Amino acid sequence: MELYVSEFSKYVITLLITLYTYECFAVFRYDNEEARNGIYIRQNILMFAFHFCSFLVICFETGDFTYLFFYAFQQILLFTAIVLYRMMYPKANRLIVNNMCMLLSIGFVILTRLDMKKAVKQFIIVAGSLAIALLIPFLIEKMRFLKNLKWIYAAVGILALSVVLILGQTTYGSKLSYSIGGVTFQPSEFVKILFVFFVASALYESSGFLEVFTTAVVAAAHVIVLVISKDLGSALIFFVVYVLMVYVATKNLLYVLAGAGGGAVAAYLAFRVFRHVQVRVQAWKDPWSVIDSAGYQITQSLFAISSGGFFGLGLYKGTPESIPTVEADFIFSAIAEELGILFAVCLILICVSCFIMFMNISIRLNDKFYQLIAFGLGVIYIFQVFLTIGGGTKFIPLTGVTLPLISYGGSSVLTTLMMFAIVEGLYVLRQKEIEEQLRLKRRRRPDTPNGAGRRRPATERPVRADRQERSGRLARPSYDEDDDFIEDWNEPENEGEEFEGEE
Amino acid sequence: MKVKNNRAPKKKSQKKKNPEIMAVTWFFTLLLLSMSGYIIYYSATHKQELINNSYNGRQQMLLAQNRRGSIYSGDGQILAQTVEDGDGKEVREYPYGNLFSHVVGYAVNGKMGLESQCNYYLINSNAPLSQKASLEAKGEKYPGDNVYTTLDTNLQQVASTALGVYRGAIIVTEPQTGRILAMVSHPDFDPSTVAQEWDHYLQDTESGTLLNRVTQGQYPPGSTFKIITSLEYIREHPDTYQNYRYQCVGSIKWGEDRIQCYHGSVHGSVDFTKSFAKSCNTSYANIGLSLDRKEFGDTLNQLLFNQKLPVSFQHSVSNLVVDENTPDADMMQISIGQGAAGITPLQLNMITCAIANDGKLMKPYLVDSVKNSAGTITKEFKPSAYGELMTETEAAAMQTLMEAVVTEGTASRLKGLSYTAAGKTGSAEYGTVKGESHAWFTGYAPAENPQICVTIIIEGAGAGGDYAVPIAKRIFDAYLIEPQS
Repeated sequence: MELYVSEFSKYVITLLITLYTYECFAVFRYDNEEARNGIYIRQNILMFAFHFCSFLVICFETGDFTYLFFYAFQQILLFTAIVLYRMMYPKANRLIVNNMCMLLSIGFVILTRLDMKKAVKQFIIVAGSLAIALLIPFLIEKMRFLKNLKWIYAAVGILALSVVLILGQTTYGSKLSYSIGGVTFQPSEFVKILFVFFVASALYESSGFLEVFTTAVVAAAHVIVLVISKDLGSALIFFVVYVLMVYVATKNLLYVLAGAGGGAVAAYLAFRVFRHVQVRVQAWKDPWSVIDSAGYQITQSLFAISSGGFFGLGLYKGTPESIPTVEADFIFSAIAEELGILFAVCLILICVSCFIMFMNISIRLNDKFYQLIAFGLGVIYIFQVFLTIGGGTKFIPLTGVTLPLISYGGSSVLTTLMMFAIVEGLYVLRQKEIEEQLRLKRRRRPDTPNGAGRRRPATERPVRADRQERSGRLARPSYDEDDDFIEDWNEPENEGEEFEGEE
Repeated sequence: MKVKNNRAPKKKSQKKKNPEIMAVTWFFTLLLLSMSGYIIYYSATHKQELINNSYNGRQQMLLAQNRRGSIYSGDGQILAQTVEDGDGKEVREYPYGNLFSHVVGYAVNGKMGLESQCNYYLINSNAPLSQKASLEAKGEKYPGDNVYTTLDTNLQQVASTALGVYRGAIIVTEPQTGRILAMVSHPDFDPSTVAQEWDHYLQDTESGTLLNRVTQGQYPPGSTFKIITSLEYIREHPDTYQNYRYQCVGSIKWGEDRIQCYHGSVHGSVDFTKSFAKSCNTSYANIGLSLDRKEFGDTLNQLLFNQKLPVSFQHSVSNLVVDENTPDADMMQISIGQGAAGITPLQLNMITCAIANDGKLMKPYLVDSVKNSAGTITKEFKPSAYGELMTETEAAAMQTLMEAVVTEGTASRLKGLSYTAAGKTGSAEYGTVKGESHAWFTGYAPAENPQICVTIIIEGAGAGGDYAVPIAKRIFDAYLIEPQS
């Protein structure tokens, strides 16, 4: 019986995640949230089915049905999160909420399998983080002064990182965290958000050379402190998000080229100067030659990834615990081994769909400050996904960052949930703005039939666009504007289709 | 996806586009997609290699869960199986004892042979779910998958018996498919006791018992190398090679160096075919001196020297480089297969197979299929071509030469049989003592439609025609005559 459950469930779980991933991109086919309603409900059903199915397997494999209680708590938490978001923010983007909960439930499943104690701890942190995240969209709307705090962001950020450098605890050779009252924090996680706010507030008004230069100095300070703390993964994330935000703010590709050039030089210097960088690169190039030492983690991770096959060995059927720090940096390898390569690839695609939604929200935001924030947070998210998965699969050298929302780690999950909530808040803000303009428009021109003025001469457009850009908000809202807005959500549909093809 | 575009044709591209953000979106999307592709590719292509790594604990996990599968011969005999002894402990049993020692190998001490090559299949179980479930209920292990080889127990037995107490190696293949029918290496050992005798084998460096001489033994090719020298000469003189004439007086002197015919024979006036059939050293030294050395070097590479052979099992690489700088003295030695060159019986067999198969080499292989405990094929290996080692015309010329070796040359013991054979003998001198030589034969039968190809080396026996050819005859007889009778 147990054997049938575990064998059969492998295919069921793969099917569920595949369908879920499909819906992630199918969302982009429809024009409005009404039409997407069916998709979102299907996603929720698939998510809960996956969650339930996985815990059923856990119960059968361990023979301990008390896991069902833990499952029930998780289920209630995620269900509450979805419902509360829907009630508090009817305008919220439900794809982001759904993906957030899906990724959390994957994390719960794999953490429960790896280490029950850590899973419970993670669950409590997630519950608290979700409560905080629930308030963030509300706060975003109220706190209009956020764009004026740029030096506060910079000061707090560098201070927090420096405190770790001086007082922090050393984990695997890197200073990452410090404890207050028994609770361990990893400040580089939270500082990511502050840093994005800093760059956005410094560059939203004007992004001439002077502004870029001053922000570059501050960015360099962040990166240097992180490099000295030997937190190379975070240093790389800060660097990349800074360069790309400057690129979007200035629309000047030269900054990217300069950043890439500077980054290459810095990487080379780091390689020459720091022994631990050399070790990492060596462990990436040929982990087999140092399998006893620096290559041990990565080779164990490769064993795990290659042993699962498309459908995985099934929960508890593999030995992912042979990888050191599997629950944090190498959780992707554990997923690939026990839930299968197809599942793992679907997981990557879900992350990509989150990222694309972030970028679309960013494009649609008229306020450049908000636009830069959504963009920066999106880049941090996807780049971190890339670093952790690429590092664990020998695609790139290992940097030791977590897989957002899935890995064990309170600071990481809280930060990521806050990032998601901030972007969600910006989306809600924008939706309300559009609604407001629509209402104004209707009041002003009550006789105009729906869709009038649709085909205006094209010459008029650039003028209007200019005005918008200068004022930072819609100068003359119209039905047309609204149509475009919704319709443009279609843009990534092509991409979406392609992803499915790749799969 | 084009349909969607049609549905929304009024794209207003000039508005609200942010090419920078779009570029970054595309960049990361493509980056993660390529990473996904890499992960799928890597995990699929490295599965077997990684499970065999000694640092991978999953091998132990699989062994705890599955009983190691069996290895079968092509005629359905068990060559290796795991049984429980009186105490319920698993032991690996080899019903044929020493007979398949090297080719089947052993599953202990680092593993060797098919036990190593097919380890992945043997320790994994694709048994039907219902069977697994009932075994699970009884608390028993699942049966690992079984490996079905191309080996023929009868031919293996004949070859091994014929080689007798001599040290040496025999490989028998099907030139048209590449299936390996027999692979014998002497001295042999009993795989079931290899763990106990391990230290003994390690200390005994002289006899090299654990070495598979077929795939890893490197021998001076002796006169069998004249196949290669001839092929090069034919390539350089495709229309006129038959006009070649030489007056053999038993030795040839070139500067300080002197080449003699085997056992002081004097062949008199020889043409190209006779030079080959009689294996006239002086004539071949003469031919060798005339060859274009750069092209000769290319031909050697084409015949798989200096590279890994296209086989999936462990083997040694034969190294022999000839180029413009090769001195005359070396050229004379190389042309008759003496000097520094060493070749594995496997590689010589592959060259012979290509000749027999009109120039096209089929990759030699040992495993036909892998089946689960219920007999369902889970993995099948089909004959596959490596490519042409020589043109069909060149192969035809070589076939004629090799037939002449039987009809009028050194392999006359294969003449006048119910089938026709073709091949080349060799007596490769080794060491410093004059007159000591390894006996070689490589050839195929029937000449007009080659069914099997054998390559034999007997260490220190003497002339190939006297010692190796009779063994070839016994193998040909066993394969071509006895099954019909």
